[in-house]
Amino acid sequence: MKTVRILDVTKDYGSVKAVRGASFALGEGELVALIGHNGAGKTTLMKLMLGLIRPTSGSIEVLGDNPAAGEFAGRRQLGYLPENVSFDAALTARETQAFYARLKREPVATALDLLDTVGLGAASRRRVGTYSKGMRQRLGLAQALIGRPRVLLLDEPTTGLDPELRQTFYDVIQRLAADGATVLLSSHALTELEERAGRVIIMNRGIKVADGSIAELRRLAQLPTRIRLKVAGLDPSGLPGWAPQDATCRRLNGHIVEIDAAPERKIELLHRATASGNSVEDVDVIPPSLDELYAHFLRQSEQAP
Amino acid sequence: MNVLIVAAKEIHQAIRNRWVLAATLLLAGLALTMSFLGSAPTGNVGVRTLDVVIVSLSSLTIFLVPLIALLISHDAIVGEMERGTMLLLLSYPVARWQVLLGKFLGHLAVLAFATCLGYGLAVGALAATGSRIDTDSLLAFMAMIGSSVLLGAAFVAIGYLVSALVRDRGTAAGICIGLWLLLVLIYDMALLGVLALDQGRNISATALNAMLLSNPTDAYRLINLTGFANVSTFAGMAGLSQSTSLTVPVLLAALLCWTMVPLALAALAFSRREL
Repeated sequence: MKTVRILDVTKDYGSVKAVRGASFALGEGELVALIGHNGAGKTTLMKLMLGLIRPTSGSIEVLGDNPAAGEFAGRRQLGYLPENVSFDAALTARETQAFYARLKREPVATALDLLDTVGLGAASRRRVGTYSKGMRQRLGLAQALIGRPRVLLLDEPTTGLDPELRQTFYDVIQRLAADGATVLLSSHALTELEERAGRVIIMNRGIKVADGSIAELRRLAQLPTRIRLKVAGLDPSGLPGWAPQDATCRRLNGHIVEIDAAPERKIELLHRATASGNSVEDVDVIPPSLDELYAHFLRQSEQAP
Repeated sequence: MNVLIVAAKEIHQAIRNRWVLAATLLLAGLALTMSFLGSAPTGNVGVRTLDVVIVSLSSLTIFLVPLIALLISHDAIVGEMERGTMLLLLSYPVARWQVLLGKFLGHLAVLAFATCLGYGLAVGALAATGSRIDTDSLLAFMAMIGSSVLLGAAFVAIGYLVSALVRDRGTAAGICIGLWLLLVLIYDMALLGVLALDQGRNISATALNAMLLSNPTDAYRLINLTGFANVSTFAGMAGLSQSTSLTVPVLLAALLCWTMVPLALAALAFSRREL
């Protein structure tokens, strides 16, 4: 069941092409990371899904609504956290949360409990005007979670959050995704997303350059996996005899050798190293990180005409 | 339902920001001053005090209520967009016209509260100090409060239209001050000048009526200064009230138009805005 469909969407701001011909569909239970430089079109895509702006061409469907035509029935089941979220300074967090809960026709008491979930606690009775950036971000998360949304659009959700709350935040959205919600989050914190996102969409200058699970992206990118071996009694002058001739090897220091292995040769190379005797004391296998994949796909798209 | 939720929040915010308090104190203060100082020149013998108060108070309202209304409203859309709160609000299941109408009802409630309480205090004070107040005068006074709220509604709507059209708050504030000067001060001076120069040769009564109706403050002035026989004698407009064919219902309809048309245009402009 698809909750969000984007079909060949283009959005121009005058001569600036914010999004060019993007197409993808998001399904229930997916936790999708949307990554890209500033100005790559991430925020524009989210605004298009909310109907805050209209596409120059292409069609969008969110929870059965066409947001560009001003339909909003599905937004009752949608949560949004904008980048740099702001609230009316005169109201307290509890009043703000109650207001948003009423707009979604959700019980106010349940919505107020979310303020404790995000750790606002006692501060929720203070005016939002007195809040720090991190506290506003917490309130932003709390309002996005009102009413167990089926679609969550989170624009840079973890900026300004301390590590502990980050963990809570990821726990909460992973639970929601497990219950069948679609979570789309854009972020610069790629290492955090690596372990959590089931799918990654990479944008560059308004164009979707990659889309798939991390495993799929690794296969597409064909970036080498690094195998680090701690070797006892390493010959100071060169590499051990079992080192492959057809893969890049290098010595990192007196007792560690690193091999760049093509993904399908990992096991073979490990075999060779361990079969040579007991000189190998320890092994680390480091698959290409999301950072490296991201850099790879950006390079690739820049080279393409 | 959404409209009422938004309206309730606007009222809540206005109370918190002390807008309600400030507007009420300002109107009450001036109304009380008018009631006691304003009647000094006429004395208290044989004159209906309340009618004099209506004349002075409605002249004051023409300056003050549009100003308060524009102050509250010019920021309503463009200000929320600049602060970023509109982005979040519009991601909720609420239509843009509902946001606008909700804000309108909220702001109007604030203005109505301040006017009723502020001006009501003046009547109360007059009654308490032993002035004779008859039913006719009281009706005229209540009509003045009602039409003052309607005048405020028209200027709130005009403020929204400006707010929905411009790019930043500074521009909205500038345009609103300009509109206030134009509609409250310059228009009448220009109209008087033109009439004096023309000496009744070219400008017909119909044209004059049209010119009076095309400014909400003039419609308001005519309602209060000519609408009630007792009042118009004090306002020195008894002559005009007999010569003009504009009746109170027509004038009220004009004020209503001045509210509905800018409000509808503001809703249209807002629905087309991208943010």
